[in-house]
Amino acid sequence: MKSHKLILIALSGVSLIGLSGCQTTSSSQLLKADQSQVQTRNIQTRAFDTTDKNKTLRTVISTLQDLGFVVDKADEVLGSVSATKLDGYQLRMTVTVRPRGQTQLLVRANAQYNLTAVEDPEIYQDFFTSLGKSMFLTAHNVD
Amino acid sequence: MNSNGTKTRGLFIITSIVMVFFLAGCQTIPKDALKLSPESLEKRSLQTRTYEGISEADILSASAGVIQDLGFNIDESETKLGVIVGSKERDATEAGQVAAAVVVALLGGGAMAIDKNQKLRVSLVVRPTHESDDKKHFVRVTFQRMVWNTQGQVTRIEGLDQPEMYQEFFDRLSKAVFLEGHKI
Repeated sequence: MKSHKLILIALSGVSLIGLSGCQTTSSSQLLKADQSQVQTRNIQTRAFDTTDKNKTLRTVISTLQDLGFVVDKADEVLGSVSATKLDGYQLRMTVTVRPRGQTQLLVRANAQYNLTAVEDPEIYQDFFTSLGKSMFLTAHNVD
Repeated sequence: MNSNGTKTRGLFIITSIVMVFFLAGCQTIPKDALKLSPESLEKRSLQTRTYEGISEADILSASAGVIQDLGFNIDESETKLGVIVGSKERDATEAGQVAAAVVVALLGGGAMAIDKNQKLRVSLVVRPTHESDDKKHFVRVTFQRMVWNTQGQVTRIEGLDQPEMYQEFFDRLSKAVFLEGHKI
């Protein structure tokens, strides 16, 4: 009987930890990044063999619309586009375009699925595959 | 013997509940969220019209007018990329839900939560069909919304896809520019 009570208490404690997600201060989310900075940039960035920033940004916008996103913001000078997809969940993405050397543009995407940052490399690969198709260019990995 | 049986069963139930809480925290992004699907081409036809004989600036300002006509407030715009974003908040009560809530209340079921308000967003993007041609443009519009109920919970979080909505938007835009919008 006593052992059953102990197990009960242990399970409640474990489930409480599970529910809280091991977070002690929620404001620490501000500067929290779950992967190393280099790792994150690697999976979120690709280079394309073009220097036309305006055309690339417009292609990013149309690709996002094809993927079911609604554009939130766009800034040509900054080279950024933000969009949201609502489909039973909320997926927010920001894509930035900037020059890389004399012959390429660097495209970086980061996404948030409901309350978590998207860290799965395959999801970002899907996005760059879709973007590459729309641009008729290959997305090169950046080291 | 009996008391032992119910105790292990109680333990089993509690363990299952704990597992459910663990699993609920593991909701992940759907695998095909960022893949182009065959439906996306159909949707593109639904959401896009071409307009000829008008400059990008003119079609953008006509579009801004239509968005305002529909009661949206313009939140963001970037004319260099042909983007206008608007939103509006409206009542979301539906007669059917109100009727059902009344029935439930009459049957003694208490207050049923019904849809209360919604935030609708529209995003309009203008793009030249060819780089060299300044007078022919694609105009693509997309709609989405979030709906909250009387208990403050989100009940719907969705893109809006009915063809009639898009047709009506483009009818208004065509009237505003005195030109016909052609389907792609």
